Amino acid sequence: MDITDVSVSRGKKSKKMKNKKPQKKNEREEASGAEKEEEEKKKMNQSESATALPSTSHLHQVKNKQRRHLMFIKLKQEKKKQRMQLRKKKKKEREALGDKAPPKEIPKTIENQRVYDETAVDPEDEEVAFDEGTDEFSSYFNGLTNPKVLITTSDRPRGRTVRFCEQLATVIPNAYVYYRRGLALKRIIPQCVARDFTYLVVINEDRKVPNGMVLCHLPEGPTAHFKVSNVRLRKELKRRGKDPTQHYPEVILNNFTTRLGHSIGRLFAALFPQDPQFVGRQVATFHNQRDFIFFRFHRYIFKNEKKVGIQELGPRFTLKLRSLQKGTFDSKFGEYEWVLKRHEMDACRRKFQL
Amino acid sequence: MEDRSRLCSVWLGSETGILKGVSVSRKQAFNFCNTSQLSRDQEVRALCWGDAAESELLVGSVDGTVKTFSVEKGVFTETRRCGETADGCFTGLATLGDSALVTCGECGTVRVWREDRSEAVMELNAGKNVCRMRQNPVHRHKVATGGKENGLKMWDLERPEKPVFTAKNLRDDWLDLRRPHWVRDVGFIPDSDKMVTCTGYHQVHVFDPSSPQRRPVLEAEYGEYPLTALSLPAAGNTVVVGNTHGQIAVLDLRKGLVRGCLKGLAGGVRGLQCHPSQPVVASCGLDRFLRIHALEDRKVQHKVYLKSRLNCLLLASRDLEDGGGVTEQGESQVVKEEEDELWDAMEQVQDVQKRKTDDEEQPQEKRSRKGQD
Repeated sequence: MDITDVSVSRGKKSKKMKNKKPQKKNEREEASGAEKEEEEKKKMNQSESATALPSTSHLHQVKNKQRRHLMFIKLKQEKKKQRMQLRKKKKKEREALGDKAPPKEIPKTIENQRVYDETAVDPEDEEVAFDEGTDEFSSYFNGLTNPKVLITTSDRPRGRTVRFCEQLATVIPNAYVYYRRGLALKRIIPQCVARDFTYLVVINEDRKVPNGMVLCHLPEGPTAHFKVSNVRLRKELKRRGKDPTQHYPEVILNNFTTRLGHSIGRLFAALFPQDPQFVGRQVATFHNQRDFIFFRFHRYIFKNEKKVGIQELGPRFTLKLRSLQKGTFDSKFGEYEWVLKRHEMDACRRKFQL
Repeated sequence: MEDRSRLCSVWLGSETGILKGVSVSRKQAFNFCNTSQLSRDQEVRALCWGDAAESELLVGSVDGTVKTFSVEKGVFTETRRCGETADGCFTGLATLGDSALVTCGECGTVRVWREDRSEAVMELNAGKNVCRMRQNPVHRHKVATGGKENGLKMWDLERPEKPVFTAKNLRDDWLDLRRPHWVRDVGFIPDSDKMVTCTGYHQVHVFDPSSPQRRPVLEAEYGEYPLTALSLPAAGNTVVVGNTHGQIAVLDLRKGLVRGCLKGLAGGVRGLQCHPSQPVVASCGLDRFLRIHALEDRKVQHKVYLKSRLNCLLLASRDLEDGGGVTEQGESQVVKEEEDELWDAMEQVQDVQKRKTDDEEQPQEKRSRKGQD
């Protein structure tokens, strides 16, 4: 009675399983009458064993490290093979079904599994609209001020940082690069305000690589501090276009959904003049994904009614918000609206701040 | 409006000028204002209770007006002008027992107002740049002031000519340099004359006016950022302080050591208050959240997003009605009772079965025999 069942189940397994002790016992008990049948099947199995799967649970019992390693590699290969087969099968089924095929499953990503954030801005909310309407950027968004940006660095900048600043100045219209001259930021700020600058950008460098950025809105703040990474200057880009023109670029801000994200988005928007010159066909993009802000600068062209071509002009870099401070730069006595607290805020990978 | 305002046990003033009430038990927040008349001039800087029964709320705004909010009716009933805008924002607001109001502006003028007169009854100057004025909750005619380069002073409003107590500056440091003052918040330690201050230079000081020493009797430090708010829990010996980076700590007042930190804040603290009877502390600040922490296990009990930056905070002295501990205990009791009932029922059933099978006396006899064997 049992024999039929057992033989079927064993047919799927490989010969390597013989190492296992419990199974051997079973064999002896069961195999009294049906040894001949089994032997025949074993021969069959030998040919099939390549496709069969050794179970993982007994791998750790193998004491020879090399052998265990080999077995593990084999196991992985088997698994991969199976997966590919399953995928092929599914694909065939889908093709066979044609239009009737069930819709494809959406893969789970940590973005679409995002934890609900109660600060997500509802565009119809009166209170938030009022708060944003009367904040420090309101004069820019009402068209009362035009941005004027001062770009400087930490003391004694070296090669890449200097070039990075120069290239930033070509992206941001109305930007002036100044040498820091060892001045304190708190002493620069009143001078900037007196000269009608609306932004102070400070690029920090470490070991000749730009690694930080302070973005200070003038005259009242706020001040944001970012980590800068993956800076690629114009020269290092492949298939880049010719140098950008003096036209005001368009600005794209993607995925700034929460209240903090809105503040940061407004901070970036106010860097650029409000009326883009579409003749230049240039776009600056701030794309937020998983709290990393990716900056890209492109030129586009409408090839025909359906096709659009883009060409990257550079530079490209990634920003991550470290803190947002109320008021102009004052890291000692300033009040912080938001501070990144590592291991406390990013404990949950599906929770995003921007 | 009335039902809503009566529910609320936490009141908050926001930077957008909205008075907010939060009902902790229902997990709801309400705005009490005209949404059409919002303006930044109305920014709420100080809150206090108008009477001992906590039926009226006094709201001090930036433009120098004090509005009376009736908790029972849920509307603003009265507006009065207390000082000019030149005096700066309110740094403190308090009531004296007999319907008199004490205000303090940033420029340091402490004024007492009576209801029937539009002019201030009394005025005293506490020096420049006052950051906080607090009233002694027991002796209500005593107030303490302090600010930037303006040490702690305690005033008796019945004798306004001279401060009762003036703190002396700290001793010069080891380089013989003067140490600057910056009192950011003041608190009165219950059951004693002592006062505790927190400073912009991340120190916590305890002053004792009853002793001849005018310098602090205890000095403690917490963190490296300015401390902005302070509050004393009902269970003594500790003080809760918060700083501009959103770090809150419970400090022990006997040795000045950190007892524990309250986590979960993202932005600077503006308002802190401990509940007068329960072991909870509420905090609000620039991150636009109201958070209520338990002081025992230091966990966040409630977290409410309130859409604007919050300036000040006031708790009702009645029970917070936060389901939290109370209902859980109740539930466990209920469960126990249920279990007891269950056991009782089971015993009864056994008895009944035995009785059914035999006469009343026989099982008893059997038992006794077994026992003898």
